[in-house]
Amino acid sequence: MSQANNEIRYLNPPTVEVKKKKYCRFKKAGIKYVDYKDAEFLKRFLNEQGKILPRRLTGTSLKFQKKVSQAVKRARHLALLPYVTDLLK
Amino acid sequence: MLKQYETVFIATPVLSDVQIKEAVKKYRDFITENGGEIVHEEDWGLKKLAYPIQKKTTGFYHLIEFKAESTLIQKLEIQYRRDERIIRFLTFAMDKHSVAYAEKKRANSSENKN
Repeated sequence: MSQANNEIRYLNPPTVEVKKKKYCRFKKAGIKYVDYKDAEFLKRFLNEQGKILPRRLTGTSLKFQKKVSQAVKRARHLALLPYVTDLLK
Repeated sequence: MLKQYETVFIATPVLSDVQIKEAVKKYRDFITENGGEIVHEEDWGLKKLAYPIQKKTTGFYHLIEFKAESTLIQKLEIQYRRDERIIRFLTFAMDKHSVAYAEKKRANSSENKN
């Protein structure tokens, strides 16, 4: 009986997730300039509503997140990307 | 000191081809006459806008890359604002990375043509 108390039992087996390390794709690929004219590339950093994805999801470093957001805003001004939308992509 | 700039403007789709060329020529001449030096030019043609501007859904995009004094930019933008044919414009001061990027892109596109 005492042995059963010492043992920890889970109702569901605990899931051990192997976290995939996020990385900054700009640093990895050695990209130094984010082009505002390349709308297709910038769409990777947007969600379906055309909002800019946060750093915690994309893993982009702060330096490049700033450049991405600036580029997205320029592209929006030139009507290459929408300000508000649904079902982008 | 000369700085490199990049300017993109969107002309209204109601213009004819001749009128577009005339508008482009006006800005090209404006830059060269005011001491600028054109490095590169790109015509993107008629493109669909991501959202309507002045109730128009398409526009003619044109890009000019040039070297100029910073005082030219203000004059150029005044010209844009006065011009009814231009519905949107953006002028961008290029840094060394963007200059390198543009040159590389140009080199690649010319290779593909050959």
